[in-house]
Amino acid sequence: MEEGVVNEILQGPLRDVFDSKQLITDVSGSGNNWAVGHKIYGCQYRENIVEKLRKTAEHCDCLQCFFIIHSMGGGTGSGLGTFVLNLLEEEFPEVYRFVTSVYPSGEDDVITSPYNSVLAMKELNEHADCVLPIENESLFEIVNKIHQMINSGKLGSTVKQNSLVTSSAGSAKTLQEKPFDAMNNIVANLLLNLTSSARFEGSLNMDLNEISMNLVPFPRLHYLVSSLTPLYTLADVNVPSRRLDQMFSDAFSRDHQLIQADPKHSLYLACALLVRGNVQVSDLRRNIERLKPSLHFVSWNQEGWKTGLCSVPPVGHSHSLLALANNTCIKPTFIELKDRFMKLYKKKAHLHHYLQIDGMEQSCFSEAISSLSDLIEEYNELDATKDGPRIDPSRLKIAV
Amino acid sequence: MSIVTVQLGQCGNQTGHEVFSALCSDIRGTHGLCSKKENESYQDACKERFFCEEESGGTALKGFFPLSGSVLSGVQIWFLSMAARSGLWRYNSHSHFCQKQGSGNNWANGYSVHGPRHKEAIMNLVQKEAEKCDRLGGFFTIMSMAGGTGSGLGAFVTQCLRDAFPTSFILNHVIWPYGTGEVIVQNYNSVLTLSHLYHSSDALLVHENDVIHKICAQLMNIKQISFRDVNQVIAHQLGSVFQPTHTAGGGPGYSRNPLGDLMETLVPHPEFRVLGLRNIPQVPETSLAYSTFSWPGLIKHLRQMLIANAQMEEGIDWQVRPPQPGSSTPSTNKPLHFNTSIANLVILRGKDVHSVDLGSFQDPSLYTSWLNPQDAFNAWKTPRAFNKYEKSASLVSNSQFLLKPLDSIVGKAWNMFASKAYLHQYTKFGIQEEDFLDCFTTLEQVISSYTNL
Repeated sequence: MEEGVVNEILQGPLRDVFDSKQLITDVSGSGNNWAVGHKIYGCQYRENIVEKLRKTAEHCDCLQCFFIIHSMGGGTGSGLGTFVLNLLEEEFPEVYRFVTSVYPSGEDDVITSPYNSVLAMKELNEHADCVLPIENESLFEIVNKIHQMINSGKLGSTVKQNSLVTSSAGSAKTLQEKPFDAMNNIVANLLLNLTSSARFEGSLNMDLNEISMNLVPFPRLHYLVSSLTPLYTLADVNVPSRRLDQMFSDAFSRDHQLIQADPKHSLYLACALLVRGNVQVSDLRRNIERLKPSLHFVSWNQEGWKTGLCSVPPVGHSHSLLALANNTCIKPTFIELKDRFMKLYKKKAHLHHYLQIDGMEQSCFSEAISSLSDLIEEYNELDATKDGPRIDPSRLKIAV
Repeated sequence: MSIVTVQLGQCGNQTGHEVFSALCSDIRGTHGLCSKKENESYQDACKERFFCEEESGGTALKGFFPLSGSVLSGVQIWFLSMAARSGLWRYNSHSHFCQKQGSGNNWANGYSVHGPRHKEAIMNLVQKEAEKCDRLGGFFTIMSMAGGTGSGLGAFVTQCLRDAFPTSFILNHVIWPYGTGEVIVQNYNSVLTLSHLYHSSDALLVHENDVIHKICAQLMNIKQISFRDVNQVIAHQLGSVFQPTHTAGGGPGYSRNPLGDLMETLVPHPEFRVLGLRNIPQVPETSLAYSTFSWPGLIKHLRQMLIANAQMEEGIDWQVRPPQPGSSTPSTNKPLHFNTSIANLVILRGKDVHSVDLGSFQDPSLYTSWLNPQDAFNAWKTPRAFNKYEKSASLVSNSQFLLKPLDSIVGKAWNMFASKAYLHQYTKFGIQEEDFLDCFTTLEQVISSYTNL
């Protein structure tokens, strides 16, 4: 809807990549109102959207999945975005739906972001196959870290410029100009690594539908915490194999996660490692063996590792790693979201902006919050098993 | 007689490619160490088994390979061009079947969706290949059990082969995944695959990634082991079984019915179909020129590897001994860790094979009581050396080799099944909980049978 933003892209260097016939814009945004995005714009543009989707889908030999990229806190991305998610499930039920969602941080300047996010969460719970939550706070910290590395003077001059995960243009912009560009670049790299096995060859390919298959043990627990390493490459290429092992260690550290979470101290349901570059199966195995003892896996998935090897590394690196974890460390994010929602909801603050929209009722809110609470409860139940004794179920007995 | 090869999935195709490259480079090698006549006989026999001459004059593999996955064109073209570059052989350009959509590591997707959808196309291809053969000796499939295509589509295709060719031999070469995850649902996929194959295949010849990895690390001294290294070891081991040999009772020429002979010697009872493979020696190529081996030494090691269930020539437990003869109830008196066999086949290749004494393998205490040791043990030989090894000995064994790994896979799958994790991924493609239970039951039965040998 954001005509201004779309126009800016169409004037930029990538204007030829986007088919202008496939764009839908409207003059105003959704006023940070999920209901406006979902109900009003949804209804208004439904046919238009379906038609454009069908047209694009027809061009595909084999349509494997849809990527939805949006934020949760606003109105259009959140409201219309989840409307489109619903639409995709109706029109293309067999095609996987991957959603990259930017979650609002605590100091978010949109007051109604908790409402928007929780309303959107319900849709994600029910209609997405896989969600990769991202938090701006984490992206910002990563950007800062890189900035310090470059400007600290110590090792700064030896960082290879085009290897920065925050920049595609090959030069590090100063922080004051456009921090969002740098932060968005990180997400872009995430998506690149995710799809690398589908675009390049490797000795152990990992399709997108394999990610959903292996990382989603129960339908609603489809939220994956992602981390990317390395963030940059040093220009002097010494000690290659220690750097490789360091890459694996970093993927599990708090600083490299794209949301504010610490998977190492929570419970893993499943973990996927997508490696790119000159890495072989023995390096992968060695590092899994090394890191396994410090990680907690759920009792029925003690060896819950999914691995993929793609031969082509990203630009500027000799190898890279994307780790996707289905881990209970995401629970605090959801709990905080619920708390912020409840703070507003109890006072019924700003509720009238939503309820005055056709199709919105109080029940939409109560259903949404109960959906989120149920999700939190599922994670709680799993956490409860974390430190308990492990009792393996008895096997079938065969009469001899 | 000819064997039609079916390579399924990424693993099946990558491994299959190495296997046939190894066979080809062996027959064209100059290290045969035997008479020219013998060598020519060997080459002809190998070609007859697996390859056919193309109209264009090249040598093509008899067989076909369903590929799937989104890097489809890349992978497929890579194979065809790899083979063409070596100039030795290639895949028949018409004998492949590809589909863009992978199975997503989902056995149910491979078996219930892709299988039926593409059954006609696949079976037409198979029929064409089978018709090319003067005499069809059977089918050899190469697949992994951890993924979705090799395992699920593989199980489906095996069933179709059985239905369409009820009297042909079917041997499935199955790759067991690394114990610590390549795929999270690998134990489910393995349980489903093994139980289904048990009903349609004649025998399962198993390679475990963990074992081959250790061979690469400890015997071959490879520092950074890639899947290619693993597949090359597997290729060498399979080649040592499938290259032509003279069987004991056969005539002067090379054996014409390898699959039939294999089944006859190793699968006397339908309940016991899991075969393990050991091959020695295995040394880095650079050391070959400096290594010498003696037959008595090799035979002694191979026998102890059988008894102690050792996976490679290093680290064999020499303390394990077969039980003393004259025990009244053999099964309860057998010492722990002793590997009981149903049947064994030793294949010897190279210099002075005719002088080798294999009496130690005919010791009745190695075997179960219900087969005559004369029937339980067989040997195939050829003076023609294999793959640059002056002497090479392989053991194909129907024994308790795979009992522990099988038990482990079933245990882990059961553990996951009890918590109902991932089941929704299978039920949405038509594999229900009852189907899982049937499969568990089949495999627990197999485990029980092998345990009570």
